[in-house]
Amino acid sequence: MMIGIVSAAYIAAAVLFILSLGGLSGQESAKRAVWYGMTGMALAIVATVFGPEVGNWLVIVLMIAGGAVLGHFVASRVQMTEMPQLVAALHSFVGLAAVFIGFNAHIEAEDVAGLDAAARSALTGFAAILAYKVPVELSIMKVEVFLGVFIGAVTFTGSVIAFGKLAGKVDGKAKKLPGGHVLNAGAALLSLVLLVLYVNGAGTWTLVLMTLAAFFIGYHLIMGIGGADMPVVVSMLNSYSGWAAAAIGFTLGNDLLIVTGALVGSSGAILSYIMCKAMNRSFPSVILGGFGATTGPQMEIVGEQIAIDADGVAAALNDADSVVIVPGYGMAVAQAQQSVSELTRKLRAAGKTVRFAIHPVAGRLPGHMNVLLAEAKVPYDIVLEMDEINEDFPDTDVVIVIGSNDIVNPAAQDDPNSPIAGMPVLEVWKAKQVFVSKRGQGTGYSGIENPLFYKENTRMFYGDAKGSINKLLAAC
Amino acid sequence: MRIGSPREIAPNEGRVALTPATAQQLQKLGHECLVEADAGLSAGFSDEAYRAAGVTVVDGADELFARADVVAKVAPPTADEVERLSSGKTIISFFYPAQNKDLLELAQGKGANVVAMDMVPRISRAQKMDALSSMANIAGYRAVIEAGNNFGRFFTGQVTAAGKVPPAKVLVIGAGVAGLAAIGVATSLGAQTYAFDVRPEVAEQIESMGAEFVYLDFDGGQQDGAATGGYAAPSSPEFREKQLAKFRELAPQIDIVITTALIPGRAAPKLWLADMVAAMKPGSVIVDLAAERGGNCDLTVVGQRVFSDNGVVVIGYTDFPSRMAAQASTLYATNICHMLTDLTPGKDGKLVHNMEDDVIRGATVAFEGGITYPPPPPKIAAIAAQRPKEKVKEPTPEEKRAIEAAAFKAQTRNQLGLLAIGTALLLVVGAFAPPAFMGHFVVFVLACFVGFQVIWNVSHSLHTPLMAVTNAVSGIVILGALLQIGSGNWLVVLLAALSVLIATINIVGGFLVTRRMLAMFQKS
Repeated sequence: MMIGIVSAAYIAAAVLFILSLGGLSGQESAKRAVWYGMTGMALAIVATVFGPEVGNWLVIVLMIAGGAVLGHFVASRVQMTEMPQLVAALHSFVGLAAVFIGFNAHIEAEDVAGLDAAARSALTGFAAILAYKVPVELSIMKVEVFLGVFIGAVTFTGSVIAFGKLAGKVDGKAKKLPGGHVLNAGAALLSLVLLVLYVNGAGTWTLVLMTLAAFFIGYHLIMGIGGADMPVVVSMLNSYSGWAAAAIGFTLGNDLLIVTGALVGSSGAILSYIMCKAMNRSFPSVILGGFGATTGPQMEIVGEQIAIDADGVAAALNDADSVVIVPGYGMAVAQAQQSVSELTRKLRAAGKTVRFAIHPVAGRLPGHMNVLLAEAKVPYDIVLEMDEINEDFPDTDVVIVIGSNDIVNPAAQDDPNSPIAGMPVLEVWKAKQVFVSKRGQGTGYSGIENPLFYKENTRMFYGDAKGSINKLLAAC
Repeated sequence: MRIGSPREIAPNEGRVALTPATAQQLQKLGHECLVEADAGLSAGFSDEAYRAAGVTVVDGADELFARADVVAKVAPPTADEVERLSSGKTIISFFYPAQNKDLLELAQGKGANVVAMDMVPRISRAQKMDALSSMANIAGYRAVIEAGNNFGRFFTGQVTAAGKVPPAKVLVIGAGVAGLAAIGVATSLGAQTYAFDVRPEVAEQIESMGAEFVYLDFDGGQQDGAATGGYAAPSSPEFREKQLAKFRELAPQIDIVITTALIPGRAAPKLWLADMVAAMKPGSVIVDLAAERGGNCDLTVVGQRVFSDNGVVVIGYTDFPSRMAAQASTLYATNICHMLTDLTPGKDGKLVHNMEDDVIRGATVAFEGGITYPPPPPKIAAIAAQRPKEKVKEPTPEEKRAIEAAAFKAQTRNQLGLLAIGTALLLVVGAFAPPAFMGHFVVFVLACFVGFQVIWNVSHSLHTPLMAVTNAVSGIVILGALLQIGSGNWLVVLLAALSVLIATINIVGGFLVTRRMLAMFQKS
C-alpha cells in the first residue's frame, strides 16, 4: 500500500473517531457512534499492517487473534457492576503498551546510532525514520520517549491499584507510606534529573530507573486516594492513557496516534473536571488525597434516626403520586438494580410518576448508575441528572435513597464547617417523605454525619439494599 | 401486667381507651387485657369483639379496678375512681394536673402512679403518643362538619343552570393541629379558606394545606413559637389591636369562622368580639373549639349552640372528638398502646418506669407516692429555633441584562486571554523546535481543541460508555507496536508483539463492552 493511501486512511480514521465520541451526546446516536469507532479502528489497523515498513506478519496475526479472543471473552463476561474494574484494567494495558513501545523506540535508536552510513540507507521501517533524524530531532525524540514511558508507567501501576481497589482486592481506604507526598515529589524530581541525563546521552539505565520511579508514583498516588474518589481517579487515568498514546505518536511521528491520544486525553481531563466540580473540590485536593481540613466544629445534629419496616414504606408508596429514587454505590454493591427496576415497573403500572435522580459522582465511575439502571431495563428518559431534578423535590411525595450518603447530605448546604460544604447535593429532604435504605447506622465513606437521617420526614429502612427492596416488592 | 379499661362515666363521653386492635398489640407485649362490659358500645366495639381479641370482659367498674394493674381511660378520673386505686397501680388518661391539683394529691396519697396523656412532651419521638394532637385533629375535622351542618349553603362554588353559587369563605384562627385539620377539610370541600396565627413560622404549613395566610402588617414582628415549645404565647396589646382590626375588616365577608386559639395554662383569648359577630351575614356559622377554656368568641356558650341577634350560629360544643367516638377511640387507643410499648421495653409484660426517659418523665405526674409535676424541661428542644429568612431579591430586567452582559464580557476576555497565551506558547515552541516536530505539534493542539469541543456535548448518562469507548480508542497505540514489530532486534519484536496483544484486548474488549452497554439503554 502506498504511503499516500495510508495517510488517507488515517485521516478517515481520525474523523471517524471524532464522530464516534461526538455521537455519545445522545442515547440513540450513541448506538451508531460505536460503529464509527470500530470502523475507524479497523481502517487504521489494516492501513498500517498493509502499509509499507511492516514485517513479521505471522506474529502480528497470532497476537491480534489472541488479543481479540481475550478481549471478546472479557467483554462478554463482565458484570455491569464490575465496569469500574474493567475500565481500570483496560487503562493499565494502554499504559503498559506505551512503556513497551517507548522502550522499543529507545532500543531502535541505540541500534541505529551504532550503524554506519551505508547500513543506515539499507534500513527499513521505524529504524529508517530514525536514521534520517538530525541531532535536534533526536533530542526531541528522546524527550518524547521519556515522557511516553513516564506517563505510561504511572498509568500502568496507577490503574492496577485502582483496579485492585475497585475489585476489592486492595483495601479501599486511603493509605500512604510514611513521608506521604514528599516521596512522590522526590520520585518526580528524580525522574526530571534522569531526563536531563538521558537527553545528554547517559544511556539505558536512566530510562530503566525512571520507569521504576514512575511505577512507584503511580502506585503510591492511587494508594493514597479513597474509594469514593475513584470516579475522579478513573477519569484521570483515562486521560493519562490518552496522553501516553499521544507521546508515543510524537516519538513515532504518527499523526493518527497523536490525534487519537489527544482526543482521549482531553476526554478524560473533562470527565475529571466534571467529577471534581460535582464534589466541589479542586483536582489537586482529590489527587493528593484526603478531605480538606475542616475550619471549625461541625453543627450538632439533634433528633434521632427512626426506623421503619417494609410495610410502612409500602403504605407510603401506595399513597404517593410522585416517587424519586436516588441510587448510590450501595445499590451497586448489593446488586439491587434488578429489584429496583422491578419496583419501578410496579409503581409505574400503578400510575405513579417514578423518576431517578443521579448525582454526577454516584458510584465509582462517571455514569456508573446510568449503566446499571439501563442494564436492569429502567428506561433512560426517567433517569435524570441532579440539575434536572433538584427543583422538583418539593413537589415529590416520596424519595427513596438507596445506598447513597454524602450526595444527599444537607450539611453541604447548611453547615459551612462541614468537610463537604459547598458540594452540590440532591435536595431530597425537601420532599414530603424520605426513606433511606442503608445497611445500618453509621457514617459513609467520608465519615461525615448525615443530618438527613435525623430529619423529621426521614425514616430509616435498614438492611441490605437488595433484601430491603425485595421485601418492599412483596409488601407493595 | 393486666391492663384494663373501664366504661367512661363522664357525660357525653363516647370514647374508650382500649380497642380490640390495640388489645392484640398489647398482648404481643406480654400484657393481659381487661375491659368493663359495654365500655366500647358508643364507639362501636361490642363485648364480643373484645372477647374475640382475647380480652376478658368484666362486669362493673369495681371489679375492673380491683383486677387491673394498669387502668387506661380517656377522661380524667373522678375522685371516686381515684379512690379505687392503690399503691403499685398505674392510671393512664388525660389528667390536666395543673387544673386538677386536688385529684393529683389524692392519687399521690393512694400511692398510685399517674401517667397524664396530656403531658406527653412535644418532641418528634413522642408524636406517636401525642393524644392531644390526635384528638385535636379530630376536633378540627368535626368542627368543619358541624359548621357545614349548620350552614345553609355549599362550601364549593358552582356554576349551575339554576345560577351561580359563590364559594363559602372560611377563616380559621389558630393554626395548631386542629386548625390545620380544619383548613384541610374546608379546602377539600371547596371553600375559600383563610387562616391566621400569631406564629409566623406556621405560614408555610397553612399555605401547604391550601389556605391563604392572613398577614398582619406589624413592625414588632409576629412571635417565634420555638421559644415556647411550639405553642402560642400571649401577644402584646399593640399586636392584639392590629389583629382585631384585621378581623373586623374580614368579618363581613366571612361565612364560617373556626377559632382554635389557646395559650397553654391560660383562659382562651377573646378574638372574635361581639361587634364582629354583628358584622357577619345572617346564616354565618362560628365554631369555637376553645369553648372549654372560655371560648375565643364573646357569644360562645359552653356546650351549646346559640344564635346571635343577627342570625349567626355560634357553636360551643366541647365534645367534638367524642362525637366521632369510633375514630377517636381508634386513635386514642393507639396512642395509649404506644405509651405502653415505651413503658414495656423488654416486651415481657413488665412495666419499667424509666424516669430518665424524657417522654415517660414528662408524662408521669405522680410516681411511687410522690408528685412529679411539673417535669424538668426536656433535654431535646421541641422545635429548632427559627432562622431569619433571607430575602432573595428578584433582579430587575435591567439588572439581569447587565449581569448577562458582564458575564459575556468576562467570557470574551477569558477566551481572548487563553488564545493570546496559547498563541504565545506556540510561537515560543515554533521558534526553537524543528519543522517536523511543529507539524505534529499543530496536529496535537488542534486535536486537543476538537476533543474539548466534542466531549462537552457528551450526555452525563453516557459517561461510562464514553470511558469504555475512549479505552478502546486508546488501543490505537497498537499502531506504534505494529510499526516496530518488523525490527531486526529480537527484544524489540518481543515487546512489540506483547504490546499488539494487549492493545488488541483493549480495542476488542472496549468496543464490545460499549456496544453491550449502549444496547441496554432503552426508552420507555
